[in-house]
Parts: sequence; structure tokens; C-alpha cells
Amino acid sequence: MAAAAPRLAEERVGQVVLPGDVLLLPSQPEEDGERLRLAPSGPQKGRLVCGPGLRRGGEGLLVTKCGLLRYRGPAGQAGGGTGSGSGGTYWVDSQQKRYVPVKGDHVIGIVTVKAGDIFKLDVGGSEQASLSYLAFEGATKRNRPNVQVGDLIYGQFIVANKDMEPEMVCIDSSGRANGMGIIGQDGFLFKVSLGLIRKLLAPACEIIQDLGQLYPFELVLGMNGRIWVKAKTIQQTLIVANILEACEHMTAEQRKHAVARLSES
Amino acid sequence: MSAVAMARDVKSKLSKNLMRMKFMQRGLDSETKKQLEEEEKKIISKEHWFLDLPELKEKESFIIEERSFLPCEDLLYGRMSFKGFNPEVEKLMIQMNSRYKTEEIEEEDNAMEADVSDEEMARRYETLVGTIGKKFLKKRDRRALQGTDEAQNSNHGPSKAKKMFLKPQD
Repeated sequence: MAAAAPRLAEERVGQVVLPGDVLLLPSQPEEDGERLRLAPSGPQKGRLVCGPGLRRGGEGLLVTKCGLLRYRGPAGQAGGGTGSGSGGTYWVDSQQKRYVPVKGDHVIGIVTVKAGDIFKLDVGGSEQASLSYLAFEGATKRNRPNVQVGDLIYGQFIVANKDMEPEMVCIDSSGRANGMGIIGQDGFLFKVSLGLIRKLLAPACEIIQDLGQLYPFELVLGMNGRIWVKAKTIQQTLIVANILEACEHMTAEQRKHAVARLSES
Repeated sequence: MSAVAMARDVKSKLSKNLMRMKFMQRGLDSETKKQLEEEEKKIISKEHWFLDLPELKEKESFIIEERSFLPCEDLLYGRMSFKGFNPEVEKLMIQMNSRYKTEEIEEEDNAMEADVSDEEMARRYETLVGTIGKKFLKKRDRRALQGTDEAQNSNHGPSKAKKMFLKPQD
């Protein structure tokens, strides 16, 4: 079994890793002498970041999710496999549906309870997130935001850990909304897998670029897998939603066909 | 001789607890003082509890745990608008996603600089020198300056007649 034997992290980049796998890092004492000598100078260059799906283990990194191991060099360029152990980021690209709140993530929540000073939001996690009525742009004790049960809210987590109730805000550190807050009344909300959301939010996403050529529409993507779409007519809204839902397992050609067909009808 | 020795013996036979008392310490020599202090320290350290464990080796870790995909994958901002559906959001998109398009930012910066050209700035400051300079002049100097200006500008006689009390005509 490949999973049993600990192997170097850089060798497994792009391969499937399973929970329990141990990934060794080059600056470990077990490695050859040359690397050992390099080790003291290594960490100064940049610290290694282990992203989602990985944990610090005894000898290196411990895998906690199944998926493809990814690596990005310290300077931001994708240096798959050439990492020298002096920084960079490792993470596991997994396909999961259950959202686990993470600090800093932008998500779409549905207001379920209006209780005094806080709203409770369903964000798809194990627990409902709380949102203070003061955490909106321009909100004061007198000037409450007009939030009703059932409203959609685009916000950001400021508290999210396994022991505490997640907390959201709709302002950034300088008190500005920056697009966060209540999302407009109409439109269409649906849910996709978390992997697809990340695919859509990638800087050079062809799906989004193709759709952007079609007709005017608006899109809100939450890291919790929720997508809200609004176009000029209901039909156009549904077309965008259907394409987004279906494109996860399509090739580029298939997608282009589908987009062309749907835009004709 | 023997009497002195006897006295010393008696002294040393005084109990330690007695010797530790404040008024007894005045007459003590430094050696016995030190001894007493050490003993006291021993007693105190004995009363302290400690765990009988090997020392923990805390290795400095160069690994940072990151739970978010955001810094890993350079994800874009989650609000998008296309073809002018929501101009506000389109403005936001440019602003929030600008860190990935450094070239665009540079261009914008240049455009911003072009708002006020260097020449215009220089012209503005030229006139400012005069106005700000006026502020630091005394009132008398200012009047003198004005006087010379007027003398240069208008050569049609003394425009400013000296003000004086005019007696009303009966």
C-alpha cells in the first residue's frame, strides 16, 4: 500500500492522498546530508504553509482529507515538485459537499432567526452562524439594518473554529461593506459542491468567462457552495444556473456546446 | 581558653530556630548567616512541587497551518456582474480583484497622476508662495507692499487721500 509508507511531500504533488497519509518534508533530519546543511537557511526564506486537508504531524504533514495534493511555490508561481522545502504552500484539493466554516471565508447565509441583537444565519455548516446587527455598514444602535427572516446575506467569518459558534460580519476591518450585506430580493439561489465553487472563483476560470459573454447578469458565489444568480428575466437566470450546475463534470467542448445551445433557445 | 571554648559551644548549641530570629542575626558572622540562608532556601525548595518528567523539547516549527483555501488558490472576490448588470459590483470586482492584475493597477496609477500635471502643480505653488508669504508679513509691511503695488499699477495721482475728520457744514 502506498498509503502506509511515508513519502516526501514533493513527490506526491498532483497525486491522490488519503487521510492518515504522512508526508515528509525535505528539511527533516532523516534526509541526506546536503539537505541537512541547507536546513538552517531554509526557513528564513519562507515558512511552509499547510493548507486545508493537512495538519502538522510528528515528522511532517498529516493528511486529513482525501483528494489531490497541490503545491504552490513561495513566490506564487506554481512550482509543482520543485519545492526545496523553503516555504510554499501544500494543500489538498478535495471534492466535498459539507461546508466547514473557516475564518475569512465569504459565504452566503440565510437568516433563520431574528433574536434581539443578533441574527442567526444558516450557512450550511454544522451550526448556525451568528451575525450582530451592528456588523453592517452604517449600522448604529438607533439605525438598525432592515433584515428579515429568509433574507440572503453575503458576509465574512471572523470567528470560526471547532469549539465556538461561528460569527459573521458584513463589514471589513475599516467598516466598509465592500459588497457584503443583504443580497437583493429576487434572483435564484442554489447549491453546488465546494470544489466547483473554488473552480469558479479561480482567477482564470473559463466557465465564468464564457458565461460573461452571453448577456448581463449578476452572480454571488459563497465559499459554502451557495450560488446566487440574477439576470434580467427568469429564463436567463435559470439558464445561467443550469450551466453552472451542470458544468462541474463537463469538458471545455461540452460546455461550449451547452452554452451555445442554451443561449440560442 | 577553656571558658571561651565553652562559650562558643554554648553559642552553637542555640537552636536554629532561635538563630533565625531577627534580633539574633545582628551578632552573627557572615558565614553562619550564609549557612542559615542556604538551609532556609533548601526548605523552601523542598516544599515546592515539581513534575518528575523529562524536559519537553519544544522544537520550533516552521509550518503554518492554514484552514482557508483563499491564500492557497488566489481565489477571486465572490461577487460578479457582467455586461453592466450591476455597475456597483463591477466597480467592486475591479477593486477587489486588482491584486492579481498588477499591470492594470499601474495603468490606473498613471491615469491618476495625470489628473494634476507637474506644470499645473508648479503654477499653483507659485501663486501660493505669495499668499502664504503675506501671512507672515507684519501689517505695516503688508501696507507698504500694497502701496508699492498700487503705485506701480495706477499712476493717476494719489488715489488714497488721507482720511481725516470732515467738519459737517452748518
